Amino acid sequence: MAGDNDADRLKAGDLIREIKRAGIRFIVALPDRTTSEHLLKTMIKDPDFQVVQVCKEDEGVSICSGLYAAGHRSLLLMQYTGLLDSINAVRGVAVQGKNPVCMMVGMLQKEPGVPPRQSKRYGLRIVEPILEAMEVEYHNIEAPGEADKIVPAVEAAYAESRPVAMLIGREPI
Amino acid sequence: MMKRDEMLKVLARHRTDEIVVAVYKAAQDWIHIAPSDLNYTFTGAMGQGSSHALGLALGRPDKRVVLLDGDGSLLMNLGTLVTIANAAPKNLVHCVCENGTYETNGSVPIPRHESFTFTGVAREAGYVNTYTIDDLEDWDRNLDAILKEDGPIMVDLKVEPGEDYPENFPRLYNTEYRDRFAKALAES
Repeated sequence: MAGDNDADRLKAGDLIREIKRAGIRFIVALPDRTTSEHLLKTMIKDPDFQVVQVCKEDEGVSICSGLYAAGHRSLLLMQYTGLLDSINAVRGVAVQGKNPVCMMVGMLQKEPGVPPRQSKRYGLRIVEPILEAMEVEYHNIEAPGEADKIVPAVEAAYAESRPVAMLIGREPI
Repeated sequence: MMKRDEMLKVLARHRTDEIVVAVYKAAQDWIHIAPSDLNYTFTGAMGQGSSHALGLALGRPDKRVVLLDGDGSLLMNLGTLVTIANAAPKNLVHCVCENGTYETNGSVPIPRHESFTFTGVAREAGYVNTYTIDDLEDWDRNLDAILKEDGPIMVDLKVEPGEDYPENFPRLYNTEYRDRFAKALAES
């Protein structure tokens, strides 16, 4: 069971540091309760980032692809419901279009320390099986230290021209 | 009303080094009329052309981006107008090839075609300027100025099918052409 002490919690500052280390400067985002407060709001104020707010998440899949063709790395920040809503764009634009769309996905209301597949919430349980069916690599990021998964995940996505999903299991502080 | 291929041939004559993003029927025609490594047709899913164009425009603010969107396509992603207006790329010219139908999918009419105006929604969203053009001479006469104007701009082009070019979706979405596009853009 995950603890509630600050030391046991994922830090937004660690995520931001690793996102920068991955060479990402464009953040394409729709607010998500899991990541809005400490991640998105901080990045909006950070002059190292250019944040592009979208009205719907599938726009973001394509904006990131256009940025890739123009030589830039980007991150699509959204809630898991937005991922579910964007499946056709992920299918056609990211997977079949071989675009390295890097998605950071807030797993809203996932129980701390519980694997997504074992969540009581149907919407969360289906995320990993859907990504597997779509052949999209994913990484769970919830505990301190797991921000270290970001750089290798992004590097591999760009090296292999394919999307990747990073599932944020709990609100970072 | 303009024949789509004739409208595109005018654009081809005025084009210098602009990126051209094109979807569906306009894309099928455009790759025959104006082949170029700076053509971007790799939009992958219906409605997504404008979002690809925004990414390109933000990524290369020094290059003009001309988008040849479709009316059915834009209806599928109307929020893009607010997203684009908010991002405010000065280098984006958003053309809507308005034929009033889902031409690729059986020419079924789009909803509210008689009364809905794309330029009206674009203005409300915050586009800097909008034009509606249904005459080939007007298009020819105004195009140079439109291509130089600060955007985002919408140009509603009233078109109907012209010469029929062969459909080739595998070519439109071919990632080898996408890689050629990225190389050409990096070198331009």
